[in-house]
Amino acid sequence: MADLSIDFVGIKSPNPFWLASAPPTDKAYNVERAYEAGWGGVVWKTLGEDPAAVNVSSRYSALYDHNGDVSGFNNIELITDRSLEINLREITEVKKRWPDRALVVSLMMPCEEQVWKRILKLVEATGADGVELNFGCPHGMPERGMGAAVGQVPEYVEMVTRWCKQHSNMPVIVKLTPNITDVRLPARAAKSGGADAVSLINTINSITGIDLDAMSARPMVDGKSTHGGYCGPAVKPIALSMTSEIARDPETAGLPISGIGGIGNWKDAAEFIALGAGSVQVCTAAMIYGFNIVEEMKEGLSNWMDSKGYENINDFKGLAVPNTTDWKKLNMNYKVVATIDEGKCIGCGRCYQACEDTSHQAITVTSNDDGTNTFGIIDDNCVGCNLCEITCPVDDCITMDERSTGQPYMNWMEDVRNPHREEA
Amino acid sequence: MNMDNSVNYSQQQLALNQMFKDINPALSARQAGIESSRCYYCYDAPCIKACPSKINIPSFIASIHADDLTGAAKTIYKENIMGGSCARVCPTEILCEQACVRNKEEEKAPVRIGLLQRHATDNAEFDGHPFERAVSTGKRIAVVGAGPAGLSCAHRLSLLGNDVDVFEAEDKAGGLNEYGIAKYKLTENFAQKEVDFILSIGGITVHYETALGRDITLDKLKEDFDAVFLSIGLQDTSSLYLDNEDNEMVINSVDYIKELRQATDLKQLDIPKDSAVVIGAGNTAIDIACQLKRLGTEEVTLVYRRGEEQMSATKHEQQIAKNHQVRIKTWSQPESIDVDDNGKVTGMSFRKTYLEDGKLKGGDVQFDVACSAIFKAVGQKMAYPETEQLIPTISNGKIATFHNQLTSVDGVFAGGDCTGVGQDLTVEAVQQGKLAAIAINEQLNASIATPTTSTIAPINAALNKALSA
Repeated sequence: MADLSIDFVGIKSPNPFWLASAPPTDKAYNVERAYEAGWGGVVWKTLGEDPAAVNVSSRYSALYDHNGDVSGFNNIELITDRSLEINLREITEVKKRWPDRALVVSLMMPCEEQVWKRILKLVEATGADGVELNFGCPHGMPERGMGAAVGQVPEYVEMVTRWCKQHSNMPVIVKLTPNITDVRLPARAAKSGGADAVSLINTINSITGIDLDAMSARPMVDGKSTHGGYCGPAVKPIALSMTSEIARDPETAGLPISGIGGIGNWKDAAEFIALGAGSVQVCTAAMIYGFNIVEEMKEGLSNWMDSKGYENINDFKGLAVPNTTDWKKLNMNYKVVATIDEGKCIGCGRCYQACEDTSHQAITVTSNDDGTNTFGIIDDNCVGCNLCEITCPVDDCITMDERSTGQPYMNWMEDVRNPHREEA
Repeated sequence: MNMDNSVNYSQQQLALNQMFKDINPALSARQAGIESSRCYYCYDAPCIKACPSKINIPSFIASIHADDLTGAAKTIYKENIMGGSCARVCPTEILCEQACVRNKEEEKAPVRIGLLQRHATDNAEFDGHPFERAVSTGKRIAVVGAGPAGLSCAHRLSLLGNDVDVFEAEDKAGGLNEYGIAKYKLTENFAQKEVDFILSIGGITVHYETALGRDITLDKLKEDFDAVFLSIGLQDTSSLYLDNEDNEMVINSVDYIKELRQATDLKQLDIPKDSAVVIGAGNTAIDIACQLKRLGTEEVTLVYRRGEEQMSATKHEQQIAKNHQVRIKTWSQPESIDVDDNGKVTGMSFRKTYLEDGKLKGGDVQFDVACSAIFKAVGQKMAYPETEQLIPTISNGKIATFHNQLTSVDGVFAGGDCTGVGQDLTVEAVQQGKLAAIAINEQLNASIATPTTSTIAPINAALNKALSA
């Protein structure tokens, strides 16, 4: 049985599954239900200065897949709308009752050193395990000079991080916004400021769709809407890419990462960990299905680790990082060609339609006497793009098979076809 | 087509409707959304090839998926104006759904095309009729028989700018949709709503209770109109050639179904209480057997002289019968109709049969089935009016048709069950009516029409214009 426990920048947790700072961690009632369900930790919903934020009515909207499942989730909720005093009291009580679980407190304050100094002392007194700096909230708060407005300016990130390290002994995790051109810059700034870790991604600016009758986006507040923050399965690819950027960047290599973005099952979590994350945070999946999902997540991760012989999280953490590289380092002499297994083919012709219309005309169609069609690959035309494999609805019917070119590894920097190649 | 269910029914009618609830309930919007996402949008889709009326099935399913029910219904009606009833009565299990590539997956679960077609046609909303008639050609065509073939032909002719007079022997249009389809397949007066929908295109005048050979003659129609389309259906039933066959409780199934479909009160029907025997192996036999069970007949035994494999009713239909607890006896041929001294039917005697060198032979075993009524469903025949002077060539008991549904008589076309092509399916009748209309239009209006070579969508310029309106 694999050991799922983690020690993330000194914060111990029985498993890597934390609930992200969001509505599910708004108050003691929710957090204790989460712990009872088995979550390893929580990041308490962001605290701010009193008076507490006030929220509007109608706050979420979603993007649905073909089966009506939520693939993307959008919210316009602000940070906690409860007073600082109540939150701090509840945090103290909860931590006391659940000493073995991680409890990190998310903070968002104006860019004034004294304000940060004051709140850090108060949080430290609760016994919380650490703080996460919310530099990512993309809606509402930036209009007030906080959240993403800070996260988008590396200098501010570094400055506030430094204050936090100066005025507290707690581990400091800097939560990064994806609403920026190059996520490595704020990550480097956080590291320069002394951050113990970064967490990413926060939500992405989003409008999930327009109601074409009302001519307004959702969620609709009295006929008007505003962009929100996007999360859920749809953002996972973006989050994974940004995680890999920071893990691969020589300047931030080794900086602990808490992975966030579309994690809904053990496989998603394992992917973030393989790209270097030391803990993962979940929100949307819990909001859609409830806290019990952590049970299958723990079980699944443990079973998979057992099957691979990984004894603990560190055994596979970051293993995919070296295999995530720059395009220019890919092997130009590698070749794959599609193969169609005629025994499995059901004759839908999607591969043919896609290749013929939009790719390289590498699939033939032969009409049979019974009205069905048979499809075949023209090896010489196939560039190995994978499109046919992607369109094929049958498992393992179209496979991309490696073809030996007889040539050794050669990347673009060495390729004679590259006018800017580096001479050996 | 809007389904207006707000008609006020009598208590008896409600009781009858309750007995004949839809056998295949409609999909909810959410179910339709999920089901539509199962379509692979195939290249050279096999379902289209398998559809006698050549509906662009992947296209209408994609429209459903994109919440465009109007577009979906228009795609259906473009090829098949009776898409609503075909969605209900088509044996999709041997047509589009049998061809669906998803049958080749492990789950063997085809996209439920029939139910999706019904979802689109039931729920699409049109401001008036979906299509606009082409500019008038000044031509007038006579259509004889207002069943699926006749209505489809009339609609297409009207769409193309022609005026149509339809002559119908009964007092309602719809043909078998109105008088012959099992009551649980076309519920809630659907057939008449569909007729109204089709006629709403305009340019079609229906003359009811006007029969060929009695009130009109083909000779006169040829004189008065620019072309004639015959879709007279089948009028006669096959016989068992047994004694006592003229007993009042030896009933033609088609006559009983007609009565049942028109009944507004259960009391109007003579329902065998304890037991009935149905002779036959086609869909009509299944229909009558299931309807008798629904009407309350305790024991219904369907008897066929060959095996299940040879039954013309599809496996799906046979299953429906089994679900209705109809007892199916195969390899048994009727020997006698048993009647008591008072002339009451008491049962039927059968002899077990077997195949020898491909020939059906009677065996030694004989058995009786007690029953108070016998329903014959051993096939229907055409009875062309004997009084007619001008009769098109008849081959194998049906009107012979040649290229584009043309008969042996110049200017006279035919389609539907009265012709010999296909399996007498509603959807085939619709297609034949449509093809005849296109051919008639091209022949009459050669100067303004553009000839086409495609048989899948032989749509001329005028039609294209009308459909894009």
